[in-house]
Amino acid sequence: MKPLKLEYHVPGDDFTRAGEASSKVKNILKRMGFDSDTIRRVAIAMYEGEINLVIHGGGGDAFVDVYPDRVEIALVDHGPGIADVEKAMEEGYSTAPDNVRALGFGAGMGLPNMKKYTDELSIESVVGEGTTLRMLIRPAEK
Amino acid sequence: MHRFFHSVILDEEQCVGCTNCIKRCPTEAIRVRDGKAVITSERCIDCGECIRVCPHHAKKAHYDSLSVIQEFGYKIALPAPSLYGQFNHLDNIDIVLTGLKALGFDEVFEVSRAAELVSEATRKILRRGDLSKPIISSACPAVVRLIRVRFPDLCSHVLPLNAPMEAAAGIAKEEASVRLGIPKEKIGAFFITPCPAKVTDIRVPIGTKKSEVDGAIAISEIFPGLSYAMSHLTEIEPIAKSGVIGVGWASSGGEAAGLLNDHYLAADGIENVIRVLEELEDERIRGLDFVELNACSGGCVGGVFCVENAYVAKARLNRLRRYLPVSQNHLRDEIPACMEWQENLEFAPVLKLSDNVSEAVRMMMEIDDMCRQFPGMDCGSCGAPSCQAFAEDVVRGFAKKSDCIFVLRDEIKQVANTLSSMGGLTPPQEKKEDAT
Repeated sequence: MKPLKLEYHVPGDDFTRAGEASSKVKNILKRMGFDSDTIRRVAIAMYEGEINLVIHGGGGDAFVDVYPDRVEIALVDHGPGIADVEKAMEEGYSTAPDNVRALGFGAGMGLPNMKKYTDELSIESVVGEGTTLRMLIRPAEK
Repeated sequence: MHRFFHSVILDEEQCVGCTNCIKRCPTEAIRVRDGKAVITSERCIDCGECIRVCPHHAKKAHYDSLSVIQEFGYKIALPAPSLYGQFNHLDNIDIVLTGLKALGFDEVFEVSRAAELVSEATRKILRRGDLSKPIISSACPAVVRLIRVRFPDLCSHVLPLNAPMEAAAGIAKEEASVRLGIPKEKIGAFFITPCPAKVTDIRVPIGTKKSEVDGAIAISEIFPGLSYAMSHLTEIEPIAKSGVIGVGWASSGGEAAGLLNDHYLAADGIENVIRVLEELEDERIRGLDFVELNACSGGCVGGVFCVENAYVAKARLNRLRRYLPVSQNHLRDEIPACMEWQENLEFAPVLKLSDNVSEAVRMMMEIDDMCRQFPGMDCGSCGAPSCQAFAEDVVRGFAKKSDCIFVLRDEIKQVANTLSSMGGLTPPQEKKEDAT
């Protein structure tokens, strides 16, 4: 079955718009009758990813494919890339600048949270070229 | 009583089929069909937003007239504290309460008294700590109904206590029944209401099977008679028995302030309420114990039945309550059962496209495709609030594509093009004649 394809551009360094895409996805999933736990996991994981696009990626694009049995999210940026992916996955590790921390972001929980709420997560990153982060979330078996 | 009784109704004669209400409805419950607004019952939360915005006064609300009290042997008025803010130069709440008695009530029990008990009960629940935080206020019936249809994850956060109106009715009837030795059925309790959502809440309550309130009279309905009665009183009875906390419930932030706890947020106005609920749902608002939400800007003083500007009323109330004790009503012991909800708030997925997720995915794709064929201006001429909502209506079979005037224009253009190209066609015979 072909998925429902959703695409959003996430502008870099514009905090006032951060969270818009994940909020839209959440409302679409609600209309489609996904269970609330799945919706919550998608919303939180995607929100964290969106914030990363804004803070670190210099903006980027979010591609969401919705299948009846899974939601696939790809977040693509052409930012600086992640030098040490393993380190970035550690709780509390953050490279967010001070001005971003002042807003309450940059606690180093973004990637760990994304991992926690998703069934699969993969990161392809090339320093100087950009990062593609893929997440997959499956509704829990009933 | 029907599950979806609504106090908000349409006056067909006044409705001109404009787009004001459809654009402002927070649950996209209204469509214009055949030139008149139609409210989808399952989606309506009785917030009264459409009543507020309709320039033709075609949206109205059911409420009871004062004569309804005559059906009962003993009549108790339950004035909302927002009522006190409607009068200019008022310096004594007892004038309002005595005025109500002059209109035919045997007794007046201030809802603000019960509000103080609800505040105390909420403080107990917060201390007990067994509910998921933040706890969301259940006082505004429109907000509770909004959560019920749009925020499944937040249903369990809603404070499982009856709103002050309901608690007041229960307590007042019980006390009167004991004191006077008459059965409760003979006693009628009537809420003097600032908003239509409360009217609905009495007919189809949430959290309790049957409301103890027997009728709801709009503040706007009682205001002229009450003003007159208040200016013709011979003596003023000492009835008022509520404090700063209870009267404070009339405006946004009052309920939360009554918790004597800094970890709260209070938002008012339906759009702001939705924004807060969205962020709570995404766990983006953290570290709070309590969230107070009021559908009307300013809180209950902003209800559509209020006659005075919400902010003027709020300022008056602040002045009125200045020298009151903090609270004059206290729970004797634990939270009495009559104050607690008997049923949990259950999510009602009225916005869901289909019960089958595969079918819903297919429909959403179709909606998405169709939406691209519309101009995206959200003009409302089709009768739906946005191109997206219209696409959904078409896919669900409630509307047809040519209801969009832009689509219709293109169709007409095509027909015109076909006609004009056909005008250039000539039968072979004619051509022959032309040749000669």
